[in-house]
Amino acid sequence: MNSHAATIDHHHDATTATGIPNKKLLWWAFLASDCMFFGALISTHLVYRLNPPPGNAVPTQIFNIELTSFSTFILLMSSLLMALAVNAIQRGNVRSTRTMLLGTMFFGCLFLGGQVFEFTHFVYVKKMTLSNSIFGSTFFTLTGTHGTHVAIGVLLLGMMYVRTFKPAQGGGLLLNFVHLLAVCVTFGVAFIWFVPGMIEVVYGASFSELLREHAIPFAAGIVGLIALIALGRTRGAVEFGEKNAIDVEAIGLYWHFVDIVWIIIFTAVYLLEYL
Amino acid sequence: MAEAIAKHAYTGGAHAPVKKATFELFARPTAKTGLVGWLTTVDHKKIGMLYGGFAIFFFLVGGLEALLIRTQLIVPNNHFLEAQTYNELFTMHGTTMIFLAVMPLNAAFFNLLIPLQVGARDVAFPRLNSFSLWVWVVGAILLNVGWLSHFVPAWKFGGAPSVGWFGYAPLTSKAFTPQLSTDLWVFGLQVLGLSSIVASLNFIVTIINMRAPGLTMMRLPVFTWMALVTSFLLILALPAIAIALVEVMFDRNFGTNFFEVSGGGQPILWQHLFWVFGHPEVYILILPPMGYVSEILPTFSRKPLFGYPIIVFSGVAIGFIGFGVWSHHMFTTGLGNVATAAFALATMAIAVPTGVKIFNWIGTLWGGQIMTRVPMMFALGFIWMFMLGGFSGIMHSAAPADAQQQDSYFVIAHFHYVLIGGATFALLAAIHYWFPKFFGRMVPEFWGKLSFWLIFIGFNCTFFPMHFLGLNGMPRRTWTYDSNMGWNEGNLVASCGAYLLGLGIFTYFAVLIWSFFKGKVAGNDPWDGRTMEWSIPSPPPEHNFAAIPTVHARDAWWYEKHHQEEIAQERAEHIQAEESHGGIHMPDQSWYPIIAAFGLLIGTYNMAQLHHPVEMFNKVIFATHLPLAITGLCILVTACYLWSLEGPGGYHLHIAPDGKVTESRGDH
Repeated sequence: MNSHAATIDHHHDATTATGIPNKKLLWWAFLASDCMFFGALISTHLVYRLNPPPGNAVPTQIFNIELTSFSTFILLMSSLLMALAVNAIQRGNVRSTRTMLLGTMFFGCLFLGGQVFEFTHFVYVKKMTLSNSIFGSTFFTLTGTHGTHVAIGVLLLGMMYVRTFKPAQGGGLLLNFVHLLAVCVTFGVAFIWFVPGMIEVVYGASFSELLREHAIPFAAGIVGLIALIALGRTRGAVEFGEKNAIDVEAIGLYWHFVDIVWIIIFTAVYLLEYL
Repeated sequence: MAEAIAKHAYTGGAHAPVKKATFELFARPTAKTGLVGWLTTVDHKKIGMLYGGFAIFFFLVGGLEALLIRTQLIVPNNHFLEAQTYNELFTMHGTTMIFLAVMPLNAAFFNLLIPLQVGARDVAFPRLNSFSLWVWVVGAILLNVGWLSHFVPAWKFGGAPSVGWFGYAPLTSKAFTPQLSTDLWVFGLQVLGLSSIVASLNFIVTIINMRAPGLTMMRLPVFTWMALVTSFLLILALPAIAIALVEVMFDRNFGTNFFEVSGGGQPILWQHLFWVFGHPEVYILILPPMGYVSEILPTFSRKPLFGYPIIVFSGVAIGFIGFGVWSHHMFTTGLGNVATAAFALATMAIAVPTGVKIFNWIGTLWGGQIMTRVPMMFALGFIWMFMLGGFSGIMHSAAPADAQQQDSYFVIAHFHYVLIGGATFALLAAIHYWFPKFFGRMVPEFWGKLSFWLIFIGFNCTFFPMHFLGLNGMPRRTWTYDSNMGWNEGNLVASCGAYLLGLGIFTYFAVLIWSFFKGKVAGNDPWDGRTMEWSIPSPPPEHNFAAIPTVHARDAWWYEKHHQEEIAQERAEHIQAEESHGGIHMPDQSWYPIIAAFGLLIGTYNMAQLHHPVEMFNKVIFATHLPLAITGLCILVTACYLWSLEGPGGYHLHIAPDGKVTESRGDH
């Protein structure tokens, strides 16, 4: 897989008029568009924040700023792993790329798990729902849209991870699909049940009760994890290599962008309330 | 040799057989013709024709809706239509003409022309291009499916959407329009927005990155420049309406309070978000037509375009200022004096680059050898009619005057002058101008000119009286009116004009259909064109250019016609160089774009009626539509995953010195 190492220039594409690879330009343009999506949502939130109706939820009584700060830190660190994944594939190191992709996805899941915990906590403990206050409407829609972006990012990284196993020769589409399914199940269980549950445990819930309560999803998650480990041990030549660096880099752009947006949301939605 | 190649219009029978790759669900399609060929095509020309065909169909549907509206208004106190039907008709007339006729017609020309004008073999992402097309079809289906409930009682959509094309809150809330038609409108527009964003991203990359050697940005044909500006407007403006539609969707389905006054929401937020999109949208509709006219006027004046850099700069300036004028749609909402004054000033300012363009077009005509062929007639009509629409537009920019004109027929007159007199005249000019290139046949001059005069006279009879109707107080969207209002004559003239306009449009397209079968065969370059698309055979072969051209001048093809020996030598060298690199690379067709779009259709159609039970044979199968919506989502995700595994694929074309083209497959 390293045979072309000397011939690939990762910063200049001779086949395009500008030297920028097409995929990279496409993602940059898309991110410009995505800025406007978040711009509209953040504007909605800020406009309604200035005009609260009577009986609106009080943000500082609802937020758990320590937890959100922690998950913000986790999301920022995931960008480091993403950068390392890009670096690994640019050196043609597929194994290291896989590790870093999984690491990025894992950190993404920690963040998402924090958000799942937060949402459940707000709805069931603080009694703030989508519909009972305008703050709830704008908060859940804005942070939910961001969470969806992170979840799509994890899915894209998962697809990329599975794609690194596509063999150079021969079939195996079904196996590849099972592999993707294992990724989805494992990481899905992780951020929907496992991570929020562990946060509950940190706040004093009983671990054994958590296991009993979500026995079925945890069992599915463990099966997924075992499948993931087993399928990850596959050896043999793969098609994926240094030539795919641009693909990893493109997803990396998206991932970093979603990170930066979170910094803005964290400031405008959370920190602003404590001024 | 170059001549031999130019003469050989290669389209071939079927592609070279695909080596059966084991890592795929089913074999990649190779049929170039027939249903499979069209459904799975990645060829920008075929995709452009599909866009064009669908758009013309909806243009005629929207026109029919307009004729029904005019028939209802022809005499006072008319009961030709029910009031509810009338609401559905004006809503769908606006939505159809903007999103399903003018925008996709522009998209058709983007597809057909951009790769040819930049000297490329296809767009940057051919499969993504096919995806945009089919996603657009999904949006068109969602918007129009409501009509079925008028004919099949079992389809309980409550008719077509009836909330007006800008769907102001709180009319769109569940309390006022509980029907599914509004949900389908919300999802239909959302899906159309997705299609436009994806297509625009593709065009941006194509224009910036796929330019032929020598084609600097300031040598790009003006049409391509305007397409670039329009694409940027689309990707930056559509998110605002996408979020607004998400908020309405949440209000309707999940009980949020974005536009619910009782819950602390403010309906005016909808107006802001809608017009932050809606005003750039106006320029999205008109900038490409400015591009067509900038191509057609110099060709028929036998002169280069006057003030090319200024025209390009004005187009960019219009796009830029276009984001700062949205509140002039909201002068009567009470924004406050400062905001009103600022938006009034910005609106007056945007007239400047538009005026600059008009002066440049007149400068192009000045001293030229004007040939009044049919495309030129429409282009000249465009300048005149668009200017009239512009004048009434400047009247709106004065906020106090606008307070009188708001929501009256004066506004209707204004935007039909810019959208028919402007956008549509230019589109009709463009269809006529490029018809010989893509169908290889000429349209007869007499019938073309007849249709022009019918359209021109019919259009003015329809819309000129509306200025006076509006100033006399006739409100827009009125189902009927009393006979003592003084509006009788104006409406009668307008309706008669509309029938004449309808006759003109019918003549125009009837002549095109006749020409498609029986028209005189056109050569490669019937108008003595200036841009690269006229240098290749009509209709163009699938690979567009036997050799990627090197561009030496702004009017590249005029230059080549005067330097034939130099160009012939250059072409021969390019062909040889490309052959030594394995031949011309062409992308493979794919099933996944249309399958992904199908998943989107299932997902959005069911998501729109989320809270309704799924019934079949009078039995409730699911309590909600959620399972079906998730099924659609899974189809979409799976198709995208298989799409990514499939890879671009591709085969090679080889051009022999005698111009004969052969295909091969290999691992290059």
